[in-house]
Amino acid sequence: MATSVMTHDSAGDPMSLGARIWSWITTTDHKRIGILYGVTAFVFFLVGGLEALLIRLQLASSGNTVVSAEAYNELFTMHGTTMVFMAVMPLSAAFFNFVVPLQIGARDVAFPRLNAFSYWVFLLGGLFMNASFVFGAAPNAGWFGYANLTSTQYSPGMNIDFWVLGLQILGVASIAAGVNFIVTIVNMRAPGMRIMRMPVFTWMTLVTQFIVVTAFPVITVALVFLMFDRTFGTTFYSVAAGGDVLLWQHLFWLFGHPEVYILILPAMGIISEVIPTFSRKPLFGYAIVVYSGLLIGILGWGVWAHHMFSVGLGPVADSVFSATTMMIAIPTGVKIFNWIATMWGGRIRFTTPMLFAIGFIAMFIIGGLSGVMHSSPPADLQQTDTYFVVAHFHYVLFGGAMLGIFAGIYYWWPKVTGRMLSEPIGKLHFWLTIIGANLTFFPMHFIGLLGMPRRIYTYDAALGLDTMNMVATVGAFVTGVGALVFVFNVLWSRRRGTPVEHNPWGAATLEWAIPSPPPVYNFSVIPEVRSRLPLWAQSGMSEVPATPPEPVHVPDGSYWPLVASLGIVIAATGAILKSVPVVVGGGVVLVLALYFWAFEPFEV
Amino acid sequence: MTETNAEHKHPGTGTYVTIAAVLTVITLVEVGVFYVPAFEAFLAPILLTLSAAKFALVVMFYMHLKGDHPLFTAILTIPMLIAFGVAIALLFLFGVFTLGGSGA
Amino acid sequence: MSAVAHHTSTGLDNRKLAMWTFIGSECLLFGTLISTYLVYQGQSLSGPMPGEILDIPLTSISTFVLLMSSLAMVLALAAVTRADRLWSRVWIFATAALGLVFLGFQAYEFTHFVHEGLTIKTSLFGSTFFVLTGTHGAHVAVGVLLLLTLLVRSFQGKLGPDKAMVVEITGLYWHFVDVVWIVIFTVVYLLS
Repeated sequence: MATSVMTHDSAGDPMSLGARIWSWITTTDHKRIGILYGVTAFVFFLVGGLEALLIRLQLASSGNTVVSAEAYNELFTMHGTTMVFMAVMPLSAAFFNFVVPLQIGARDVAFPRLNAFSYWVFLLGGLFMNASFVFGAAPNAGWFGYANLTSTQYSPGMNIDFWVLGLQILGVASIAAGVNFIVTIVNMRAPGMRIMRMPVFTWMTLVTQFIVVTAFPVITVALVFLMFDRTFGTTFYSVAAGGDVLLWQHLFWLFGHPEVYILILPAMGIISEVIPTFSRKPLFGYAIVVYSGLLIGILGWGVWAHHMFSVGLGPVADSVFSATTMMIAIPTGVKIFNWIATMWGGRIRFTTPMLFAIGFIAMFIIGGLSGVMHSSPPADLQQTDTYFVVAHFHYVLFGGAMLGIFAGIYYWWPKVTGRMLSEPIGKLHFWLTIIGANLTFFPMHFIGLLGMPRRIYTYDAALGLDTMNMVATVGAFVTGVGALVFVFNVLWSRRRGTPVEHNPWGAATLEWAIPSPPPVYNFSVIPEVRSRLPLWAQSGMSEVPATPPEPVHVPDGSYWPLVASLGIVIAATGAILKSVPVVVGGGVVLVLALYFWAFEPFEV
Repeated sequence: MTETNAEHKHPGTGTYVTIAAVLTVITLVEVGVFYVPAFEAFLAPILLTLSAAKFALVVMFYMHLKGDHPLFTAILTIPMLIAFGVAIALLFLFGVFTLGGSGA
Repeated sequence: MSAVAHHTSTGLDNRKLAMWTFIGSECLLFGTLISTYLVYQGQSLSGPMPGEILDIPLTSISTFVLLMSSLAMVLALAAVTRADRLWSRVWIFATAALGLVFLGFQAYEFTHFVHEGLTIKTSLFGSTFFVLTGTHGAHVAVGVLLLLTLLVRSFQGKLGPDKAMVVEITGLYWHFVDVVWIVIFTVVYLLS
């Protein structure tokens, strides 16, 4: 994988395999944690992709029998849950981790061990949730788990318990990282890196983390209510006790809508770096792009019930949420104009990252247009729960977030590994992806409006939708091939990728001022920053010498973050097996690990 | 150098005890108001105001927001406003407050 | 935890900033629990109702106890800051003890309610009440653990003025838990 700084121990002898693995297990280095996030998340992305391919195989023709109805429910549930929580979010986290400290001129994040903890909790939480397949009880009530389908009455098995516990575990990782990155960005910027000199990617990361720490507690509580209803017989979502199943929907979407901004803002940040670099022109309207991001983060709290236009909220509520939803299209649109204006008059280089970034803009515009169509409640009553919605969110989440993430991967790959990915193979990956995505999701606009509901495992030939579904399935496989091409590119680049120096793209931001891959301490000397575009401006930053003039302290590793994560997952395992001793055991492991963590000698 | 204690200037023991006394008095008033039938109609506004006062005293003086960097105030206030806004919205959406015609 | 605070962009301590951010997050946690309580208030179909079962005088006392624990906490911080070993330990212990008294009141209240026929399953009131106040109680318990840890550190001679920030941050957590109770006491008990 990336060239490791620590392939030799302090005596200069090459490290044994065991020592190298141990150094990764105990790492607190944000760059390594970023790589761990990236690799793990990409594996989950492939898992989610496989689930998608199975879904599309089943729907390729009417009356198909590839999977049973029950299996189909598990597939679309896990596809959504995996892609949202185990693929897109942690892929973004890979970038937060690797790139943000470098962009602000820091040596690491504020709390390196907490950072490692977030990663291990994510890995173990993702494995826990997927272990449900081994038990033949994968979550099966949709990624949004509506009450009271999720009650023990209608979901008696372990499926929903896996879902609830898995999400709670993943939530811990996210909130911890949220706090970590907020403190890092606010407090660890290099001298002169004023808040309005920060790269847009770092800005979007800050807004995203703010949304994370405020939105996740809401779903935490919603899931606690669900777990208590299922395990202890409480009545939060119980109609018989006078409860309201809509409480779940409100709480879920209060989280769920800000969540989609968590999913898209990092990608928007990425392309805000990529587009100026390959237009050889500074971002048009930097301040406006930043303020739009902030506005999206705040307005995102006011739109949640647009996911509930069909439940009977009443005309006043419907109108209010319709208005707020239309409003939030404005800052989003503003950003799109700014990206296009950046390219206008620039000297464009159509590198692979740039292609993905331009692809993002096109796909996100399409997804945004269908989104605005949803903002009208009467129109939405036709569209909701049909494939029209599936088209919308895949355009913004796959066409948007994933293309943005791929742009980031190709862009920062040389910085992470010291080698370029192949441009020709990358372009093939791009074209397969964009063609595949459009083939898959464009027909879904029509399929949906012609009456095909979501979440059905089969449909009747009389609907006449066989051909369009087949096209969508073919598109999914084309996209799948694209993903394999990407994997091939990664493997190819290990030996054959062009080695690079500091700044292969001629970009403007601080991370490009240091070697590729960066030394373990990042900056030999923390630079003084005098411009928003330090590498483009005349004397935009002070010099960063090749070697540190004084020894730089690099923190040790620690295994307590991993042990603490294990404690959490052991407790969750006890919960799912309904074994109190195991829950308590996990709790003890967690508490002990936290004590050892708190008191071990660790200097940042 | 990081922040020095100059920024802190924590209040002295006397101030702390005074505030504790004020908090006690407010609590007594709250409980008193609860039991006095004459106040029943205004119970909610009175109690909410009194508890808001207690909240402010603890947050400003014990948690030292008053003397500290305004960033801390922002970090508390913004999520609190979001929480408050969400609570009010949910109360409307579930019909606890009505807008004369909207039902939940 | 690192004993030496590093230079930061705002001049503010990283750990203090982290605790305030966490507190901001907790506003949403408790906000959601309280909102749910309010939404379901008066909707229970059966079981003891708040007016019948909540003991205002008793809970006023436990509220007072928790408020006093916040006083003890700020006095503890002041003592640590001026390197007063004896009073650091007295006030930290007092804070933890008052917290435990609060929890004792709560345990009594919970068992009493169960006796009176209000359990977590009985009704919307039962579910929302116990989960809201139980979550708060769990936060108090964690706070007590943190305080006892500080107490042990003090006895080990490891809680000098250089560790004042750790005490301050623990205090922030503790005061926040107190402040949440102020809201719960008003909304659940007084406005029943």
